[in-house]
Amino acid sequence: MTLVVRGLTVRFGGRTAVDGVSFTVPDGGRLGIIGGSGSGKSLTTLAILGLLPEGATATGSVLLDGVELLGMRERELARIRGLRVGVVFQDPQTALNPLRTVGRQLAEPLRLHGLATRRQQRAEAVRLAALVRLPDPEQLVDLYPHQLSGGQRQRVAIGIALACAPGLLLADEPTTALDVTTQAAILALFDGLVEDTGASLVFVTHDLAVLARISTDVLVLSEGRAIESGPVERILGAPQQPVTAALVAAARATSFRADES
Amino acid sequence: MTWLREVLRRPAGAFGAVVIVLLVAAAVVAVFWTPQDPFETDPFHRWLGPSAAHLFGTDRVGRDIFSYVFAATRTTVLVAVLSSVVAALVGLLLASIGALGPRWVREPVAVLIDVLIAFPVLLIAIMLSAVLGASLGTVITAVGIGFGVNIARVARGEIRRVARTGYVLAGRASGLGPWRSLTDHVLPNIAPVFIVQLSLSAGVAVLSEAGLSFLGYGAPPSTPSWGRLLSDLQNYVTIYPLTVVWPGLAITVSVLAFNLFGDALREATDPRLRSSRRRSER
Repeated sequence: MTLVVRGLTVRFGGRTAVDGVSFTVPDGGRLGIIGGSGSGKSLTTLAILGLLPEGATATGSVLLDGVELLGMRERELARIRGLRVGVVFQDPQTALNPLRTVGRQLAEPLRLHGLATRRQQRAEAVRLAALVRLPDPEQLVDLYPHQLSGGQRQRVAIGIALACAPGLLLADEPTTALDVTTQAAILALFDGLVEDTGASLVFVTHDLAVLARISTDVLVLSEGRAIESGPVERILGAPQQPVTAALVAAARATSFRADES
Repeated sequence: MTWLREVLRRPAGAFGAVVIVLLVAAAVVAVFWTPQDPFETDPFHRWLGPSAAHLFGTDRVGRDIFSYVFAATRTTVLVAVLSSVVAALVGLLLASIGALGPRWVREPVAVLIDVLIAFPVLLIAIMLSAVLGASLGTVITAVGIGFGVNIARVARGEIRRVARTGYVLAGRASGLGPWRSLTDHVLPNIAPVFIVQLSLSAGVAVLSEAGLSFLGYGAPPSTPSWGRLLSDLQNYVTIYPLTVVWPGLAITVSVLAFNLFGDALREATDPRLRSSRRRSER
């Protein structure tokens, strides 16, 4: 799916949190959005699906395969969310309902969009659990979220996002809350699944190493504005803007220290 | 049902649960049978002390106090259950609108909750019975509204907390509508807090019914009630002090039971306590 965002502006109270951001993700394209805390990268992804917190308003244009999503009625948006666009959030600790089995949550998008009957739910949940390489899918779907590790929970969250095989995936720092080893495993899984499904991807992160691993293009946000964009190699190899250069330098410094020790 | 096991493990919770079960059982039996007719007067056996024939003795017109106290459990349980149901409905409705409605509805509802909380239940009941006449329906309505707004205040905060959690947002991102989001994710997660409040409201209901009936704003003379019995007996309390002990004891023990059960329930469902137990299981 093609995502075209033009002049996206998010106002929060009297403050402009995202200021006229534009970008295009071609069908099958992978865009990484990078920026520091408060750069507006999370709000940008939330605004695409109309999931902004209360009090925030978005203006501009978000076209998904030519269909305008901004200002779309809630009911119609609900039919797109989960079915054509999947979302993975940052914190796997809170992204699952503690009172429901993993299997029920995995199959929920399928049930909501009429793609699986109640009877098929369990089989579909097992299929999805296997898809995201969870151990013992048959037993695991009957467990509750607190019985899973953080990495396993994030796998479940990815399974939910991929349940209906959406054409576009939005990932809001899906590896940030995980430890480094788990992070690498989840990233590899995510990379492979996006490759297999051919979905377009918007990947938000503040980690350059993660960005370089997962995306082909990059958009740098700073204080709500898009300051630089282009292919990953060019932006990371020869940053034009001081903010980007600072990000690259900071990443080099940390990885250099890691190499030394 | 792990929470029930947790409640029963605590002495106070077990005591509350046992008394509540006995109360309900007595009320059910009292619908069909009482040891003697609670309203039958006997001018030759007035002010008798406790005996095998009259466990709690007799009153000024020779009625068997034990039978009357036993029959009145019907009233107590009926009021406790129905006013909890009313309180639950009022609380849930106000809390949902007050937490999730559009801003122009939400804020007035929040103010309404705060204003209604300032009214004591007793005052609402006296106002209602002045308009509608004294009846159990009046008591149930008054306690239901009075405690309903208390529940609404607690539940409103809980709903707002849960509505901001990641899984509610994730559910919306999967295509769940706002209404289904409330019934599927939000309400099940506030249920523990809600149930605790209901159990406490049952205690308040018992106390309010007794108080209102004592004052003559509650149960009509044809309905046996602990509060009414207490007010009948209190004129002679200096001469026959033992008689007032029975209805007084019944009220105290019942209210205590509901409160202890509610407190035990709160401890059993506290997420912090639950999570610490889980950690130790691993």
